[in-house]
Amino acid sequence: MTKQNQIENITRLSGTDPKKCMKCGKCSGRCPAYKDMDIKPHQFVMYLEKGKIEKLLASKAIWNCLSCMECVERCPRGVAPAGVVEAVRDTVKRAIGGNGIKAEDIPPIVDEFIPQQLLVSAYRKYNK
Amino acid sequence: MKICYYPGCTLKTKAKELDRYARASAAALGVEMEEIENWQCCGAVYPMARDEIATKLSAVRALDYAKAHGGKLLTLCSACHNVIKRTNDDMANDADIRARANNYLKLETPYSGETKVVHYIEMLKNIVGFDNIAKKVVKPLNRKVGAYYGCLLLRPNKVMAFDNPENPTVIEEFIRAIGGTPVAYPFRNECCGAYVSLKNKDLTKRRCNMILESAKEKGAEEIVTACPLCLYNLQKNSDNALPVVYFTELLAEALGVKND
Repeated sequence: MTKQNQIENITRLSGTDPKKCMKCGKCSGRCPAYKDMDIKPHQFVMYLEKGKIEKLLASKAIWNCLSCMECVERCPRGVAPAGVVEAVRDTVKRAIGGNGIKAEDIPPIVDEFIPQQLLVSAYRKYNK
Repeated sequence: MKICYYPGCTLKTKAKELDRYARASAAALGVEMEEIENWQCCGAVYPMARDEIATKLSAVRALDYAKAHGGKLLTLCSACHNVIKRTNDDMANDADIRARANNYLKLETPYSGETKVVHYIEMLKNIVGFDNIAKKVVKPLNRKVGAYYGCLLLRPNKVMAFDNPENPTVIEEFIRAIGGTPVAYPFRNECCGAYVSLKNKDLTKRRCNMILESAKEKGAEEIVTACPLCLYNLQKNSDNALPVVYFTELLAEALGVKND
């Protein structure tokens, strides 16, 4: 896939228009995972607009975004930073070897109280 | 009154109390929750990518069933509610997703978002009425309770339309109706750390401690939630500043049906 194709594909998956961003930073200001985001929510939108795809695909933030929708809720321009994060994460995990969690790492961290909802949501988010 | 009910996977396993207390309370309030046939796991997270269709089909199947059985679908788990309501919005308002999902399902009549998705708390407020609940309380709570909304019931508000996402009050109204004193605290609509607790426990622990300590500081004696994952994170990935219970447990307690 050419770089231009990748930009177009991630933009299409995200369902958002990065050009609408006015760079106010409200999304990052509200992000509850801010400290763990090596690329901040507003930067996801900006990097997509500028075509910095390699940086996005290498980010650790895609595994720390909580999909809590705070950034989407607060955006005064109707942009969805979480949609861009998900589009990047999906692009990474859909490639061979791109999964975020390994099945063999799960049993040691599962306790008797862990709800199915946690395992299902983590697998849906991190793996394909 | 009968209403179609979608329990979801966790309510049949690790969150049986959430389901059991909800059914006992509904019966006491004159509502019969009729579990829909052959429901499948909703997937627990709403797939945001524009090309995700197959991952939304279990929600559409449940919605289509409810369409032919009264037109309403009752949810209880916050995650199921979020996934099913957002998928329903896609089916009603997104022609592309609607067409592709219907191509998969080949239903006799295409599904176009006709069903109304109702969360249990919305049912208590809008169908039963908090006033009527208050009249049926036999054992008022008489303690200070903090409502924990989390993310899934509230956001995105444009679709969820549950309450004011910045300053929700409906669970506080509920607590008041069952004789408790609601305690407002700043982090009640913030994320607990969700599924990230599997990969980054430290992040979840920071979130949960902040939420619980903020509620404790404001005088709460316990916290209520509608989400099994929030309950797990707040209980198991925190320093346990406060007890955390399902809101249905308090309702059953107040209605005197906790041991039914």
